[in-house]
Formats: sequence, C-alpha cells, structure tokens
Amino acid sequence: MDLYEYQAKELFAAHQVPVVPGVVCTTAEEAKAAAEKIGGLVVVKAQVKVGGRGKAGGVKLAKTPDEAFEHATNILGLDIKGHTVRKILVAAAADIETEYYVSFLLDRTNRSFLAMASVEGGMEIEEVAATKPEALAKIRVDAIEGCTKEKATEIVEAANFPADVRDQIVDILQNLWNVLVKEDATLVEVNPLAKTPEGVVLALDGKVSLDDNASYRHEAHEALVDNSETDPIELRATQLDLNYVKLDGEVGIIGNGAGLVMSTLDVVAYAGEEFGGVKPANFLDIGGGASAQVMANGLDIVLGDPDVKAVFVNVFGGITACDAVANGIVQAVAMLAERGEPVTKPIVCRIDGNNAAEGRRILDESGIALIERVETMDDAARRVAQLAAGK
Amino acid sequence: MAIFLDDNSKILVQGMTGSEGTKHTRRMVASGTNVVAGVTPGKGGKEVDGIPVFNSVQEAVAATGANVSVVFVPPKFTKGAVIEAVDAQVPLCVVITEGVPVHDTAYFFQYAQNAGTTRVIGPNCPGLISPGKSNAGIIPGDITQSGRIGLVSKSGTLTYQMMFELRDIGFSTCVGIGGDPIIGTTHIDALEAFQNDPNTEVIVMIGEIGGDAEERAAAFIKDNVTKPVVGYVAGFTAPEGKTMGHAGAIVSGSSGTAAAKQSALEAVGVKVGKTPSEAARLVRELLK
Repeated sequence: MDLYEYQAKELFAAHQVPVVPGVVCTTAEEAKAAAEKIGGLVVVKAQVKVGGRGKAGGVKLAKTPDEAFEHATNILGLDIKGHTVRKILVAAAADIETEYYVSFLLDRTNRSFLAMASVEGGMEIEEVAATKPEALAKIRVDAIEGCTKEKATEIVEAANFPADVRDQIVDILQNLWNVLVKEDATLVEVNPLAKTPEGVVLALDGKVSLDDNASYRHEAHEALVDNSETDPIELRATQLDLNYVKLDGEVGIIGNGAGLVMSTLDVVAYAGEEFGGVKPANFLDIGGGASAQVMANGLDIVLGDPDVKAVFVNVFGGITACDAVANGIVQAVAMLAERGEPVTKPIVCRIDGNNAAEGRRILDESGIALIERVETMDDAARRVAQLAAGK
Repeated sequence: MAIFLDDNSKILVQGMTGSEGTKHTRRMVASGTNVVAGVTPGKGGKEVDGIPVFNSVQEAVAATGANVSVVFVPPKFTKGAVIEAVDAQVPLCVVITEGVPVHDTAYFFQYAQNAGTTRVIGPNCPGLISPGKSNAGIIPGDITQSGRIGLVSKSGTLTYQMMFELRDIGFSTCVGIGGDPIIGTTHIDALEAFQNDPNTEVIVMIGEIGGDAEERAAAFIKDNVTKPVVGYVAGFTAPEGKTMGHAGAIVSGSSGTAAAKQSALEAVGVKVGKTPSEAARLVRELLK
C-alpha cells in the first residue's frame, strides 16, 4: 500500500524524522482556517499517490489565508495523472537553502535493502540516476545488521553531504531506517530533505510504501487505508477475500494460481487480436484448493462487471479438484438465478488436471446452455474472445 | 539424478500437525516420499500417521537424520521456523507459506546466507518434486514421471500445467521457486544445478512480471548454460503498478515487464513460447 505524503510524514514524525507539521484539509474553508492558524507563508499541497504534483499545479505557496483559500479551491478536484485530488496538506513554508535526497528501499536484485542518497534533491530521483549517476550514492544495507550509526556515516560520506549537515543526516537516516523496519515498509523516501538557512535539516516531502503481507502486525495501519480511488468491483472482491484486478477489456477471467491467470490474460489478448482487439476485463485468482463457494463468489464478481461480455474459467487442478470447481460453477449459476440475477453471459470453461474427467462430466450434464466446455487453453481463449466480440 | 532432491532425501515437516501440514504430508507420502519427522513446538511425542512429531528441528534431525525441511507454518511463525532449520544445519529448507512479510524473508534469507549451510526455496512456492524419487511440498505427485526435462518456475499452477503438457516425456526435477519479491533460490541457482545434472537434457524456465530475475538468468545462461533452454513469461497484459496475485508480480514504471524479460532471454538464444503450450511444443522439438 502506497501512502499519501501526509500519512508518510505522520510515520516519519512518530520515528523522530523531523518534519514541518501540517494540517490535512478536504475543503477550501478548512485550508483557509489552517493557514490562519499556522500564520505567515504556507504551502498548499495536493495529496495524490503520484509524482509530478508541482508541474501539474498541485503545489502552491500562499502569503495570506485568502490566497490559501484560492489555491485550495483550484487544487481540490484537480486531476493529476488520473488521480483526483480530494485532500490537501497545508503547512508552514520552510525556507529552503539546499535540497537533498535520501531513501531506503527493498532491493529485490540483491535480496537485501538499499540506501540511496544524493546532494541533488528536489527533482525526480530517476532523472538524477539517468543524468548524473555519480551524484547518487547507493549503499547496500544488511537486513540483519540494519542501518547502524557506522552504516549511516558510510551513506553520508558516499553521498558527499557537506560537513555541517552530516551529523543531522546520520541521525535522520537511522530514524528513517526505523520507519522502514518497524512499520514494515518496502520504501521510505525523503525528497527533498531540505536544509534551512538556519542549518536545520527537515523532511519536506515523503513517500512510503507498506508491505501488505505485514498488515496483520500493524493494527494502526488500517486507518491509513483509503479506498476513495479504488475501483468499486476491486473493493467488493477484496471484501470477499478474492485476488482481483480490474482491467479495461471485455472478457472476464477466472483461474487458479497467479501465474496461470496472468498467462490466461495474455492468451486471451492474443486470441482477441483476431476479433477486433478483444481484451481481458480482469485478473481473478481463486487460489489453490478453491472451494465451490470461492468459485461462486468469483463468478458473482466477474459477471457483475457490466464491461464483461463473456467469461473464461481456466483451471488446472493441482491440489484443487476439478469436480469441486465444476460444482462451484454450476452452484454459482443456480445461486445467481435464485437471487433474481440469472446469468446471461456465456461461460467458457477449460478444466484439466486432478479429477478432470469428473469435472467435465458435471459441466456437460449440468444442462446449463451458457456453459461451453473447450478442451485446451488456447482453443478456449479463442472461443471466448469470439463470443465476447459477438461473433 | 535430479537436483536438490532425490532418493536420499529424508523430509521433516515443520507445522505437520496443522491442517495444511497434515494434508500435504499425506500427499507427499502417497507419492513415495520418505517423510521421517514432523516438528510442532509443544507436540513432541505425538505421531501423524505413524510419523513421529518432535518439539524442535534440532531434536528431529538428531533422531531421524532428516536433511530436508518443508515449512507449512503460518506467516507469523515462518521467520522463526526457518531460523530453527538453519540453526539445525538442515541442508534444504522449502518454505511453502504464502503471505510472509518481506522483512522477515529478507532477514531469514540473510541468516541462511551467513550460516552457509542451508539452501532456502521459497517462500510462497509449491516446493519441488523429483518424480519417482521425492516430493517436498504441494506439487501433485501423479501428473508426470521421471524424465529428461528440468523445470524451474515462479508459478505453481504454470508448473503443473507444463508438467501436464509434457507428462509423457517426464522431468528430472521441477522446482517452484515462488512469486515473492525476495526468494531463497532463484532461476539462476536452478539453471546452474540443471546444467550440472547429467539426467537433465532440456531446461524449461517459467518467469513472470516483476523484478529482474529473468534478465539476470539470461545473462547467466549466456555464460554458463550449454543445454538448451525453453522459456515462458507470463504477464504481457499486466498493467503498470498493479500487483498480480503474487506479491512480487508487479510492473514498476517501465521495469519488470514481460516484454523486456522475453527479449533478454531471446537475445541469449532461449526459445520463448508465446503461450505455455507453445513452450511445450518447443521442448518437444528439441527432444526429437
């Protein structure tokens, strides 16, 4: 889960990473009141989980509360790269003398963690990496040893931070490491890490990504979840504990196992090229050992998507028994009919593996005309694409 | 011959008394695997289907000579379980558990690296099977037989699918390495082992979006693998920034795409199938 800037800064503050306190607002009136309370020059910042807010007009300085009101009015509702601004952060505008960059992130390649630091802060770090790679220090951090004072000193020296800020940044790095480890984050980034004319170093912006697998040990993180940007079908699927991603095509996809489902999406997209560019409408993995109920929930979700014209159920029974899968499909169709939402879209099924013969028999003898069984994954993909195209 | 797992493998199951542990222990035994012990703290002295349960990995190893551990414990106990297996110097630890926090995996992977005595496979993987010899994990034992193909895959069901497509030819070993961002054994580790395994003639490598493991495997193949390799990569249609089922399956910006992985593999002579069945056909042609 990616956090908003204001949420990232809350976690920073909780771990003694110095930030400028701010007020989160959802209306221009609140922004005006916040600016009055803070006093002096304030910055009004769009809260969206995407970079490039400044360029998009999502970050403005305000000299007076009225000006803060005006900027807030313009920024709220703004579309920044497909994200609608619903919240803004109003904070005292810090005087900036110099902008630096620091981050810790999961390093998949080296199966460890990586610290990155640069005296070239303020711009997109990818740009620094591309144009001035020598200005970006990258230091491996051992998962067991962590970011000790020695490691933080190594990072600060490698990045060539000036002597007058080194001690402060050594402390900040150790505290930022605590954010990464204690909050189970996979990324903590401060850009810019700013030095004021008084020589104080502050985190002026922050980016944090949390590990969803660790949410069981962070009750407080539940409050950070914000579903305002989440697709409503994805939200319903999450509530049913289904692994679902909404896509922009017409073929509903259900399968077992993440790899097989990804593969199914690809095969359907290839087959769809023949039928005017028919594409998958979703990713849905019902997982290993899926029961009839899970299959029923899955079909319910996929059939409930108005974009879906035809459904492809692609199951390879490893642990999952194909007869259970077939029963799930038949039961789901019956259940939806009972609810007064009879299935009207064709369901193409390919089932193979454990108990496949029995599963096929159940489908063939179900008497449900909308269920069409096809032997191979490639042929089934072609058939479902054809049906979705209305041919 | 096979890789990582063979006739001499003596398996212990961490979490054997749990429902998943018991179910899969039975399946492993049914496919001819020598399961010698279970470990569940506090349940030492019990038995599951005649297999003795111990309180610790140390005790289980001392009593039975177990040399492979398969971990079925829930995510919150996984780090502790792997550390225990490493401390007992079990040479191979196969972590089936899905949903392990990545900080825990990073920690136990580093712990195993430092000890230097344990290979970790997984987490979030189906385990591995050397058909007819031993089966450590949850891969169905009855899909295929012993044969000449070596298979390494990030995905469980695509492993089963490929085993099924090529079931008449058979496999030396099929290794499911898992779909998490950090995994103990990579494509490269398996490629190296298959290259050195006299019974493996063709290697099949299945990858998916996210990270750069396939690109690095391609570089490894170029310099170190002389056996033919057939590849398949899933996730060409995956959108940017969305996690596709596996915690590690995510395209971030322009990195981790299936297209990049495919071209890296093709550039070093790997034949890449557009679909799993096309990949299977490519294997058949090579073995003609």
